[in-house]
Amino acid sequence: MAPMTTTLRRWYGRPRPATARARAVPVTDRALHERRLGWELTAPAFVVMLLVTAYPMLNAVWLSLFSYRITDPAGREFVGLRNYAVVLTDALWWRDVWTTVLITVVTVAVELVIGMAFAMVMNRIVFGRRWVRTSILIPYGIVTVVSAFAWRYAFSLDTGFVNGWFGLGDLAWFSHHGTSLFAICMSEIWKTTPFMSLLLLAGLAQVPEELQEAARMDGATWRQRLFRVTLPNMKGAIMVAVLFRTLDAYRVFDSVFVMTNGAQETETVSFLAYRQMIGRTALGLGSAVSVLLFLSVVFIAAAFIKAFKVDLSQARGER
Amino acid sequence: MNRRVAARGRGVGSVLGAILIVGYALLPVLWVLSLSFKQGDDINNHAFWPTAWTLENYRTVFKTPLFTSALRNSIGISLIATVLSIALATFAAYAIARLKFRGKKLVLAMALAIAMFPVVSLVGPLFNIWRSIGLYDTWPGLIIPYMSFTLPLSIWVLSAFFREIPWELEQAAQMDGATPWQAFRKVIVPLAAPGVFTAAILTFFFAWNDFVFGISLTSTDGARPVPAALAFFTGASQFQQPAAAISAAAVVVTVPVVVLVLLFQRKIVAGLTSGAVKG
Repeated sequence: MAPMTTTLRRWYGRPRPATARARAVPVTDRALHERRLGWELTAPAFVVMLLVTAYPMLNAVWLSLFSYRITDPAGREFVGLRNYAVVLTDALWWRDVWTTVLITVVTVAVELVIGMAFAMVMNRIVFGRRWVRTSILIPYGIVTVVSAFAWRYAFSLDTGFVNGWFGLGDLAWFSHHGTSLFAICMSEIWKTTPFMSLLLLAGLAQVPEELQEAARMDGATWRQRLFRVTLPNMKGAIMVAVLFRTLDAYRVFDSVFVMTNGAQETETVSFLAYRQMIGRTALGLGSAVSVLLFLSVVFIAAAFIKAFKVDLSQARGER
Repeated sequence: MNRRVAARGRGVGSVLGAILIVGYALLPVLWVLSLSFKQGDDINNHAFWPTAWTLENYRTVFKTPLFTSALRNSIGISLIATVLSIALATFAAYAIARLKFRGKKLVLAMALAIAMFPVVSLVGPLFNIWRSIGLYDTWPGLIIPYMSFTLPLSIWVLSAFFREIPWELEQAAQMDGATPWQAFRKVIVPLAAPGVFTAAILTFFFAWNDFVFGISLTSTDGARPVPAALAFFTGASQFQQPAAAISAAAVVVTVPVVVLVLLFQRKIVAGLTSGAVKG
């Protein structure tokens, strides 16, 4: 995402004498050729991106207006917005939304704190820099399902070492709501904190050293420098990292599937959509859940940009 | 003097911090590795390390068709998706970075939107469409969605790298009579290769990591990738603990990740945060 937003700023912020000139003089063959080449080069990527997102999404909106199960194609029937009414009045939907929001808020908050601490360490160290960065990239690159299995087996009663290490006796982590969520959050946090910390490290590197030095001269304590100098100066980077991690966390699926399969009321919105469509093959109802999931992601993104005035031209990093 | 003490304190602090980070990153990996070498009662010994080391679990997974075919699928699908996605992204990023044409903003806005897209919203409709056009449970059925979802990232990483290229060279080539296409192919592509490589690694990670499409759009060994197969893995027999075998399979799929990270650490960090330094 970093490159994109820098690109965005370049495009929007760049003065365009060339366009003005092009308007004054008739369009040259060369400009025409360039325009056509531009379209030819972007068209394939554009079409592939559109084909697998826009069309299926419109298809989902269409399907969500029907009562339709794959196993019973003859019973397909137009029901208007009734599927949405069914979903939105069901306690299960709201419980899943709550679970998803809880996981999102907890993981992103913890990741922000740990990620910031890691970024500050990585910003300082001279020796072993390479090794630290190499090892922190391993959770980033590892398959999410593998991370979920690792943590599941670490916590589980029969194979786990966690209870032994922390003297927790025979605590059955996956038999309770709270402890199951805790285990899921652990897996998510472990896997995605490195990404957060690399983004924050990039933001941290941009805080002018002179500011730090000046604050130190004026006798500012470490805490004052952190909260009055460092953090305000990297606000843009923090906000963008939080926005993209929030949207990513809200889609949580893999860890829930592997660790609890939705048991102990740990089902998330993504998992509900999957279960309705693939598990129950209730395409109409499942599509309604999908559309609602999509709308809530749009809502979160819009709310973030509006409330925190996230300047996307400041964005650093990607998903 | 006060400062020197503070500086030394900082040195010790950062070494401790570094050890902490390495421990954080490697502990779960070591745990899966250790579990994959356990057998029999060791699996349930509630200890971190095995008392006796065995390769039995690796033998088991490589004798299990569910895993070997999944490994073949994962490697094939991920590599093909990476190559195709990078090819398309290279063209698009070049055009976005260098050419003047209308619709540029539309492509960038769409890339941003897709990066935020909740993937699960698509599996239902895709499941339905793929079934009706015969792409369900095939390699292309996974390659196509992987391409769409890695294109935004590749386009951004590549356009960031493309901005660093000395474009005078391209102009020089055009002065010498090369067409824009020739200038692109002969001059820019070799210069852009490192960026292309970085984008390729990140794309491969995405495809290798995918689980949602993997379980939703496949039903047999014909196309099911490893993350999806892991979720279905039950061990050699129903009486055997699948934990150790799954761990062995997990270690096998982690090997390419570790190798890529070890070899290209600098490139990956640069790709993830590209544009950040220049601002």
